[in-house]
Amino acid sequence: MIKNVAIVDYGLGNILSTQQSFLKVANDNNIKANVIITNQPRKIAESTHIVLPGQGAFETCMRGLSSIPYMINELTKSVINNKTPFLGICVGMQLLANISYENGEHKGLGWIDGQIKKLPTNNIKLPHMGWNEVEIINNNKLVEKGKLNEYYFVHSYFFDCEYKKNIIGETDYGINFTSFISKENIYGVQFHPEKSSNQGLELIKNFLKL
Amino acid sequence: MLKTRIIPCLDVKDGRVVKGINFLNLIDAGDPVEQANYYSNNGADEICFLDISASIENRSTMVDIVKKTSEKVFIPLTVGGGIKSLKNIRELLKAGADKISINTAGIINEKLIYDSAQQFGSQCIVAAVDAKKQNNSWTVFSHGGTKDTGIKALNWIEKLQKLGAGEILLTSMDKDGTKTGFDLELLKKATNILDIPLIASGGVGNLKHFRDGVAIGGANALLAASVFHFAELSILEVKEYLRKENIEVRL
Repeated sequence: MIKNVAIVDYGLGNILSTQQSFLKVANDNNIKANVIITNQPRKIAESTHIVLPGQGAFETCMRGLSSIPYMINELTKSVINNKTPFLGICVGMQLLANISYENGEHKGLGWIDGQIKKLPTNNIKLPHMGWNEVEIINNNKLVEKGKLNEYYFVHSYFFDCEYKKNIIGETDYGINFTSFISKENIYGVQFHPEKSSNQGLELIKNFLKL
Repeated sequence: MLKTRIIPCLDVKDGRVVKGINFLNLIDAGDPVEQANYYSNNGADEICFLDISASIENRSTMVDIVKKTSEKVFIPLTVGGGIKSLKNIRELLKAGADKISINTAGIINEKLIYDSAQQFGSQCIVAAVDAKKQNNSWTVFSHGGTKDTGIKALNWIEKLQKLGAGEILLTSMDKDGTKTGFDLELLKKATNILDIPLIASGGVGNLKHFRDGVAIGGANALLAASVFHFAELSILEVKEYLRKENIEVRL
């Protein structure tokens, strides 16, 4: 079956790399895939896989996403009702939360219960920038448990996940924070798989196979 | 634990990678896309492209090279050199760059640092500073290290942090190209000032220099060019050494 991957474009950041990483994975693994960058809700409805990237401030991202007519409606229909596999990356993961406390108080999509909070700054530098380990604490379809998993991070806020069952992976930076979440067909990663070399591409491959 | 990053810097002129000795005496050393790909496959944690001719000769940026790189290389890419406007930045980010390094244009117009951090997020704004020791302090040089700005380097990096830069790339002009090690005194002082990550640059020549940049200088990332470009050291060698010295790296 051909995969139709839709990367949601709401005007922010480097999403070309995300597209290129999916194309490379498809190409290297003989997976037939169309990978499009789109801001059209109609294309979301037609897709088999949805990727929500995100960079910068939570509020800016949420506003960007909300400003596209029917986009959130269509995403909700596909992801929540039709269970289309979904991957949120960085702020795209944070948008899944109920609320963010980055520069005020902002409502998120509320698909996975949790709150976005600032990493505590005692003796650490922010942003948390660079390669760090993700310890997989729950079985999942994207990353093997027990392996050394290193990915590239850039963020100052983290997803404080309400329920342990939604936590897939944790990372140590000043505190042990949730860096990988999941609920049914929904996955969210705080790190950037598209910038995490072979381990990141491996995660993308497993997502594409869903 | 967060790992110390090793970043090979590719100085690019006319679409080719060149070596720099104190910013002069350039020798051609290869194609940027292939080199970036090579480094990515050989342990680099990030890649940095610096268009060294841009400030001086007003050359346009390297959107094409960035695009081609983003098809092959899946680690973070920083692009700098001659970046003057939000439009330049947007163009490069759209072409697949993850971070933009700003030097001279930020000195001429501080607002560019602030505005770009606001618009694209601090995480993609790297403020690059070329510092030269004069008497007992360091001064900022602009335009590829050719113009003395008279600005005190340590005051400037503090200012850049306040303006919203996400990282500081600090190059010692005295050390650059000498292979005598980073300017550790400068790094230490900068580390004390900064809450954001510090990338050390300029002067690295052997394994111990890398270690000292982190263990003494306090840098979070280490940038080097010629030692890598001419295969005097490999990134893996450096990382294995750092790990033995109890510095966490991605291997």
